[in-house]
Amino acid sequence: MATQNTRTLARLMMAPSVLLLLVWMIVPLAMTLWFSFQNYNLLNPANVSFTGLFNYRFFYTDPAFFQSIWNTLMIVGGVLLITVIGGIAIALLLDQPIFGQGIVRILVISPFFVMPPVAALIWKNMIMHPGYGVLADINKALGFQPVDWFAQYPLLAIIIIVAWQWLPFATLILLTALQSLDSEQKEAAEMDGANFLNRFIYLTLPHLARAITVVILIQTIFLLGVYAEILVTTNGGPGYASTNLAFLIYRTALLGYDVGGASAGGIIAVILANIVAFFLMRAVGRNLDR
Amino acid sequence: MARSVTTRHKVTATIAAWIVALVIFFPILYTLITSIKTEPEAIAGFSLIPSGTFENYVTVQTQRDYLKPFMNSVVLSVGSTILALIIAIPAAWAMAFSPTKRTKDILMWMLSTKMMPAVAVLVPIYLMFRDFGLLDSRIGLTVMLTLINLPIVVWMLYTYFREIPGEILEAARMDGAGLWQEIVYVLTPMAVPGIASTLLLNVILAWNESFWTIRLTTTNAAPLTAFIASFSSPQGLFWAKLSAASTMAIAPILILGWFSQKQLVRGLTFGAVK
Repeated sequence: MATQNTRTLARLMMAPSVLLLLVWMIVPLAMTLWFSFQNYNLLNPANVSFTGLFNYRFFYTDPAFFQSIWNTLMIVGGVLLITVIGGIAIALLLDQPIFGQGIVRILVISPFFVMPPVAALIWKNMIMHPGYGVLADINKALGFQPVDWFAQYPLLAIIIIVAWQWLPFATLILLTALQSLDSEQKEAAEMDGANFLNRFIYLTLPHLARAITVVILIQTIFLLGVYAEILVTTNGGPGYASTNLAFLIYRTALLGYDVGGASAGGIIAVILANIVAFFLMRAVGRNLDR
Repeated sequence: MARSVTTRHKVTATIAAWIVALVIFFPILYTLITSIKTEPEAIAGFSLIPSGTFENYVTVQTQRDYLKPFMNSVVLSVGSTILALIIAIPAAWAMAFSPTKRTKDILMWMLSTKMMPAVAVLVPIYLMFRDFGLLDSRIGLTVMLTLINLPIVVWMLYTYFREIPGEILEAARMDGAGLWQEIVYVLTPMAVPGIASTLLLNVILAWNESFWTIRLTTTNAAPLTAFIASFSSPQGLFWAKLSAASTMAIAPILILGWFSQKQLVRGLTFGAVK
């Protein structure tokens, strides 16, 4: 019985990972919290003073702050809506017997591997550009005015770009879940005369429930921090029309040199993310017990 | 029972699936096509037939030195992944083979560090990097990417290692295998596929990371993400050149990605969907 020895060894083996992550989590976060109570501007670093909750009040009264929270929620909600519904539909389609299934899967999954700045630039210039974009060409061919996406519908344009990147992820996860559905169950339901809609509602959807939850939660974590797509397309504008919380914090910190204000925003971002994390941990944790 | 699939059903599904797939893939395809057009062709309206010039690729290399950010991307993504593996393999191993009551809590806690929004620590990280002279250095960014992806690496390895049956070790021991033989002949061959999958997925994630790589670099250590982001303010005709640069930035990882579909599902859902 080498239990005592093994346990010590196991602790030693885990120590580097645990310690690194502990430091990584605590030190910067503690600094952010500390800065959030300071009047600290990078242009005037000699003059740092304690200001209590002033930085939070600044965020509270700044209309850009509310707009950025709203935009953050719109991006998360809009992308989730498109990717979950679209993902289910495409997964159902790809689950059918089709010719060239392997190639179709490769084509569908591809956008996920495109780095965000490339995805954003492709859409900005090749697809949505009011002069030379493909959508403008289509509009002109049909006799309509081309749409200037990033001036007229900046937030929607960003939602479309981000949804394009995440649709493959949702599709792939839901397809994997679909393929684990017992085909005998499907056949039994079919023999009992259940039509497609009934089979979908009473058999497929409950089976997919868990995968859908996972897709929603994981995507939400990444979607709360959408950054590069905004940076290379609209730069947050016009005005603050497409600025989300992540982008506002970046702007406050590195363009406005306001360390205190940006840190207060960071703390608010942490709180938002924690609300999501709480639910995700419960969903993943439940799976570990099985 | 043989549920006969009618050919008509299969043909209809095939057509629908191919249309959907081509629409989704279209932006990538069109970029590829535009990259071998000339600049006037690229803005001359919709056309799927390029003149087939490779001039843009040459221009991107000669004018913007594409190879430098490319090498930075390779060094950063592979370097940070290997570093993460070295740290994570023992940890995942210990958790999979001698789990304690707290193993699950530790795993969940590690996952929770992944949920900290990057912007929340932008200010302190930026200031620390500035004060330690790590801005625009490969070393600083490699460490950063290692820390960001460490939880996912531990998790993925853990889910793979957990599937290696413990009995096989006992059997090897009964047959008289020493610890060294046990590791070399029994464990390593069984662990390699899991480690390879983890490596693959993590290289992809690190390659595409677009917050820290853009914010913490300027020129010397800038990988492809930062390189491409610098194209956002164009000068003159640049559609075809942008397409060539984009194609070169995504092609290697796109091809790797095609091989990683299964690992992707498993790794990014933390084993919740297999």
